[in-house]
Amino acid sequence: MSTTKNINITLKIWRQKNAQSKGNLETYQLNNVSTSSSFLEMLDQLNEQLVNERKEPVAFDHDCREGICGMCSLYINGRAHGPDTGITTCQLHMRMFNDGDTIYVEPWRSTAFPVIKDLVVDRSSFDRIQQAGGFVSVNTSGRTMDANAIPVPKADADKAFEAAACIGCGACVATCKNGSAMLFVSAKVSQFALLPQGKVEATDRVLNMVRQMDEEGFGNCTNTGACEVECPKGISIENIARMNREYLSASATSDK
Amino acid sequence: MSQGFSKSSVGRKILMALSGFFLLIFLLQHFVINMLSVISADAFNDVSFFMGTNPLIQYLMQPVLLFGVLFHFIMGITLERQNKAARPIQYAVNNPSFNSSWMSRNMAITGLTIFLFLALHFYDFWFPEIKTKFIDGDMTELNANGEFRFYEELLHKFTNPIRVGIYCLAFVFLSLHLMHGFQSAFQSVGLNHRKYTPIIKKLGTLYAVAIPAGFIFIALYHFLINAH
Repeated sequence: MSTTKNINITLKIWRQKNAQSKGNLETYQLNNVSTSSSFLEMLDQLNEQLVNERKEPVAFDHDCREGICGMCSLYINGRAHGPDTGITTCQLHMRMFNDGDTIYVEPWRSTAFPVIKDLVVDRSSFDRIQQAGGFVSVNTSGRTMDANAIPVPKADADKAFEAAACIGCGACVATCKNGSAMLFVSAKVSQFALLPQGKVEATDRVLNMVRQMDEEGFGNCTNTGACEVECPKGISIENIARMNREYLSASATSDK
Repeated sequence: MSQGFSKSSVGRKILMALSGFFLLIFLLQHFVINMLSVISADAFNDVSFFMGTNPLIQYLMQPVLLFGVLFHFIMGITLERQNKAARPIQYAVNNPSFNSSWMSRNMAITGLTIFLFLALHFYDFWFPEIKTKFIDGDMTELNANGEFRFYEELLHKFTNPIRVGIYCLAFVFLSLHLMHGFQSAFQSVGLNHRKYTPIIKKLGTLYAVAIPAGFIFIALYHFLINAH
């Protein structure tokens, strides 16, 4: 067990009044930060300091603070969710930093994720991609068949589950040099394409979701693999290959 | 094909991969023929004569190749421009080397360098060839002594050390391009498999090292041994 200590850090944080304003990096000194605190708790501490100084606190996204909601974002010292793998920012701890460190905190940078304020970005482009096809149409009148009534091979169920672990945080887009959303979209396509319930609408789903993804202004995938390294849920680029296959066969067979 | 396939991000990466596969096969073929020049001047001349006179190669494969190169280049530039537009504001601090290779991030730069080399390559070999055959109307493929002209043309180009240097450097860039491009093309067309992908990646590295190294060897061989 490592022992808790307090460190002093310098923060360079992106401040932007609203979507229209230009924004710039501001420097803040924060002392006595416990290494046991999470990154978001450290930002809470900074905001308390700013409020006491009668300054505007830093706006940042957060919700569950246990790594499952996908709300916390932040590009920390040049990496999505900071200097660790398989975590969201709320799971990043200050023990990853040293006394005297300068920490850069920036919002996700993407045309499709415009900054609303400070470190908060608008990720509703992901919602619109989901609405374009990331669902299974089921009659929910009360006579819904139990999903377990249809046999699913264990291997397929596992892969679908791995894809469904995506929390839509946008780290894949943020870290991709092309600002591509293919890991997110491919995870959503895959989780259904692998299951019998999802096969019914598979053709339209992949065509519609890719079309929406392109309309939102995300970039193109060049297979650098950065997304799967930074994904907090370890979503594999195998899913992107699956989406490419689905898209190719859907394009060839669809009468649209 | 559905409407919009060639305009969609996924459709375009598939087309980029298919043209890449075609160029990979072409490069292998080009390498085998060039390697003949080291083994036997006569064999090199004979195969060059075949390639230069066979109507299927001249009038079908040559235009297809030209289209393939231009398509891969223009599509690459188009996608790169879109990708740049997807992130207009860069990060103040970025650490991409943690999660991706230099080769995978710089395909546009290595690709553009290869394209510039191709311009020189066409100036050296292809334009004179087309001029001799279709403008001057000399379809004999012979030199003044009544021998095939291909081998001596090859030697002639490998006498200038600057040109040989540029040639070798271009193949270093090609190697970097292929390091990522080979395995990336398989991923783009949807071929990703826990069993086969590791083999494809190894094969890609082998191809990306061996073929450009072979071309460099051929250039140096003629420069050091035959051209003087």
